[in-house]
Amino acid sequence: MSINLEREKAPLPAADLSPVKSSLLTKILYGSMAAAMLAAFYFIFLYAEIEKTMGAVQKIFYMHVPSAWVAFLAFFVTFVFSILFLIKRKRIFDTYAYVSAEIGVVFTIIVLTTGPIWAKSSWNTWWAWEPRLTTTLILFFLFVAYLMVRQMDGVWDKKARLAAVFGIIGFADVPIVFFAIRWWQSKFHPIVFGDGPSQQGGGIAPSMLVALLVTIAAFTFLYAYLLHKGVSFENMKIKVDHYKEKLRERLEN
Amino acid sequence: MLRAALTIAKKDIYSELRTKQVLGTMIIFAGLVILVLSFAFDPANNTTKAVIPGAVWIIIVFSGILGLNRSLVSEQRNDTMHGLLVAPMEASSIYLGKFMANFSMILIVEAVSIPFLFLLFDFKVNGSILYFILVLFVGSFGFIAIGTFLAALASNSKSSEMLLPLLLFPMTSPVLIGVTQATKIILTNMEKLHSAIAWLQLVAAYDVIFFVLCFLLIEYVLEV
Repeated sequence: MSINLEREKAPLPAADLSPVKSSLLTKILYGSMAAAMLAAFYFIFLYAEIEKTMGAVQKIFYMHVPSAWVAFLAFFVTFVFSILFLIKRKRIFDTYAYVSAEIGVVFTIIVLTTGPIWAKSSWNTWWAWEPRLTTTLILFFLFVAYLMVRQMDGVWDKKARLAAVFGIIGFADVPIVFFAIRWWQSKFHPIVFGDGPSQQGGGIAPSMLVALLVTIAAFTFLYAYLLHKGVSFENMKIKVDHYKEKLRERLEN
Repeated sequence: MLRAALTIAKKDIYSELRTKQVLGTMIIFAGLVILVLSFAFDPANNTTKAVIPGAVWIIIVFSGILGLNRSLVSEQRNDTMHGLLVAPMEASSIYLGKFMANFSMILIVEAVSIPFLFLLFDFKVNGSILYFILVLFVGSFGFIAIGTFLAALASNSKSSEMLLPLLLFPMTSPVLIGVTQATKIILTNMEKLHSAIAWLQLVAAYDVIFFVLCFLLIEYVLEV
């Protein structure tokens, strides 16, 4: 097929693609992400003291909590860009919403795998139907459903519209899910920050708090970097699709 | 707007009463779910009584999803959805009409299948039937409101039957938690009525929030 085409038509002129430069923003994000990650490792393993009852296992806390934070942040970003898309109807907003949801799925999976590992050693059970666990699980299912809407057949603006609508009601659902399950049953997760209702729950050593904050910052940078990178990938894909379309038109005429 | 919605609801119910296709399927399916439940939980065993309040909602959810799928996919066969959209009315009245039709159908299915469930499992209600009907009403309202909306969303896909449960179940989880808890309390232990009322208030709040949200967003879903 391709050989015949080459014989019939003159070879296609080289497309004048502007070389993709790695922008300054990418570099800054990458640099700060890498620096923050290294700092986070220092703070986790060397600076923060070892927990008395759980021992070294508790270090997974510094992966678990920031991942959960990023997962919720990602869904929030999807929510915001979904609203922006419905108002402005610009493709870039849709791309941001999509990429953010994809990253959210990854981090939710991290939460849902590190959680049971930690739970097994500290609560002696893999899973408990407890508010935050169950909410995260439902959040995961909502994210996956969001991506399923994206996999629909059809033109992009229809998919983007429907996905934006789903992103909005999905996000509105999460707090209600949380309160419903919180009412339903609550026994395991200690309240780490503040006094807590029983005035005796948890609390956190200062060095651990520092380590946690550094890790959260590092994960947020990681999220920003992944979002930025993912959006530029997605834009390249869109560009390639445009070129393909142009090429097909040219071959047909 | 309400008149247009009522017209659509009437049209749906009329065409349903002519064919009795969806209602018949839903009721038979509800019966089959009861049958499967009897295999899963031995009806002769006394502990089975504890799962009956949950079983009520399993029946409603599974047979409801059949009807929800049909209500919007059936508009596509002759591209009648297009006709509805170009008709001089708002998208929200299409939603409202579809919602009313689906809601009345699920109420019929509940009215038939739940007495059968109690009968076949020999379940004696120790609580108030009136409160139970209220729970059924509030729970089905929320489930159908968000279900109709998501069915409209999923009907854009070729595989909407597969997509709809994936969208609907996580989304309605607060309703399902609330109503199963409330049903359990009302059917078995009336002393804790106040917490059942609290659950009902949660579900009612969900109903209101999502009904309004769906109302506002439906025009983006039904855009041509």
